[in-house]
Amino acid sequence: MEKVKEILNRYGNSKDNLIQVMLELQNISGTNSLPHEWVVFVAEALDMPVSRVYSVITFYSMFGTEPRGKYLVEVCKSGPCHVSGAKNVLQLLEEKLGLKPGETTEDGVFTLIQSSCFGACDIAPAIKIGEKVYGNLTSEKLSEIVDSYREGQHNR
Amino acid sequence: MKKAMSMEHLDAIEEIKKANLFGRGGAAYPTGIKWEQAYAIQKGPKYMVCNADEGEPGTFKDKHILSEDPFELIEGMTIGAYIMGAKEGYIYIRGEYAAIQKIVKSAIENAKKAGYLGKNILGREGFDFELKVVSGAGAYVCGENTALVESIEGKTGRPRQKPPYIKNCGLYQMPTILNNVETYSCIPWIIKDGGEKFSSMGTEFSGGTKLMCLSGNVNNRGVYEIPFGITLRELIYNLGGGIKDGRKLKFVHLGGSSGSCFPESMIDTKICYYDLKKAGFSLGSGAVLVVDDTHCVVDYLKTVMEFFEEESCGKCTPCREGNHRLVEILDKMTEGTATMDDFNKMKSLAQTMKTTSFCGLGQSAPMPLITLVKYFEEEFLEHINGKCRTGVCSMSGKAGK
Repeated sequence: MEKVKEILNRYGNSKDNLIQVMLELQNISGTNSLPHEWVVFVAEALDMPVSRVYSVITFYSMFGTEPRGKYLVEVCKSGPCHVSGAKNVLQLLEEKLGLKPGETTEDGVFTLIQSSCFGACDIAPAIKIGEKVYGNLTSEKLSEIVDSYREGQHNR
Repeated sequence: MKKAMSMEHLDAIEEIKKANLFGRGGAAYPTGIKWEQAYAIQKGPKYMVCNADEGEPGTFKDKHILSEDPFELIEGMTIGAYIMGAKEGYIYIRGEYAAIQKIVKSAIENAKKAGYLGKNILGREGFDFELKVVSGAGAYVCGENTALVESIEGKTGRPRQKPPYIKNCGLYQMPTILNNVETYSCIPWIIKDGGEKFSSMGTEFSGGTKLMCLSGNVNNRGVYEIPFGITLRELIYNLGGGIKDGRKLKFVHLGGSSGSCFPESMIDTKICYYDLKKAGFSLGSGAVLVVDDTHCVVDYLKTVMEFFEEESCGKCTPCREGNHRLVEILDKMTEGTATMDDFNKMKSLAQTMKTTSFCGLGQSAPMPLITLVKYFEEEFLEHINGKCRTGVCSMSGKAGK
């Protein structure tokens, strides 16, 4: 809870910063989600009902309330990617990771999700892993990207 | 910035009015008039807010400004703060642009160090302006002005009742000047070179230049800065290099997912707010999604409506239920189990949503449906008769008459 306190303090223990606090907490959670104990702790610290905090975090698609993989693999399903072959990308990823959208690999490394447009339409079809965006995807390129994350080489 | 500080406030606003600058986010409200109205409001403090939520599918122009030239935006907002006497400003950047948020934050720090932000800006006693980056967390509806303000306040991003408008009652119920990234970025140029010069780059009804986002089945995708007045054909075929793999253009989806879809016969329309409006379209955010003839209009529309089904905030019934039902019917169409009754229901539901939804999201969500049905009704009817001419839809139910 020390880490939670530190972040809350940095944001002045203010209700206005609830979303910013939760984004940071999710980032350091290691499970890409907000553990229930943290949500309760934040609610008490900000003097808000727990239900109110949940109403905010479940409204926004970026928050998870169940543990997710270390890397969220987001496949864009909006119009521009759709006409550029996003369906194939999703199929390839499903095969490569052995997952359906919403599922997490057994080793807890990847969670596959479908997302709305993230503004990479000029390089569609595109995926996003963490903060990184990959575009102009082909089957080979997808394999390389997934492998680089498995081997921890993606930051090189 | 220096020039703005040497001008009378109302003279600076007059230049923006002369520039014929319309809000670049999609609503196309005249910026000069917006600022004049906000200036006239007597209560305070006033806040400067920038909408960098850019969630409209097919739009990636603000991303370009935020990552390549954030100072242009910062300067535009600071000039606004000087005119309005605002002390605080917020740039609301969508959560999906986490990497870009860091760039903007560091630009703000640098501007501060150089004396362009913070206390006594450029040595002017009492001219203070603090700028903060606020992150969204994945909600398309937060691009709507009042929902965005709610989200900055740390709440769920559901739109507020209007009026009161946010220029009167915005962030923390105070007067708020809220513009899109691209709009703010035009301000330094207008102040420096004058409103008339800016206006002269465009058409009589649309001043200046516009960033257009070209995507889909076109050879050279990307962001293009164009003077108002060129046609969509010039953009797609000259700048964009035409359709990929020598295929034929089927339709263009203009202005993002909430915009209109129309066939090649209409693309000689000029890119100008007035000309487009006359043709029944709106420029929206400037997204131009090019779709070739391998794609099925019903299948495409289903994808678009699934987006709205997911992004509806759930506050009002026409949008929450309407989008859901439209997806259901479109699902049946792609599977070949839809009837004529479904088709008629879909058309009537679209009109209901357009006229009775609470905010712009629900009002504009049926636009692609209404326009695709208008220009491609034949293909919808084919689906009801068990046929998909492109072979994209499974049609396993072979249509239930």
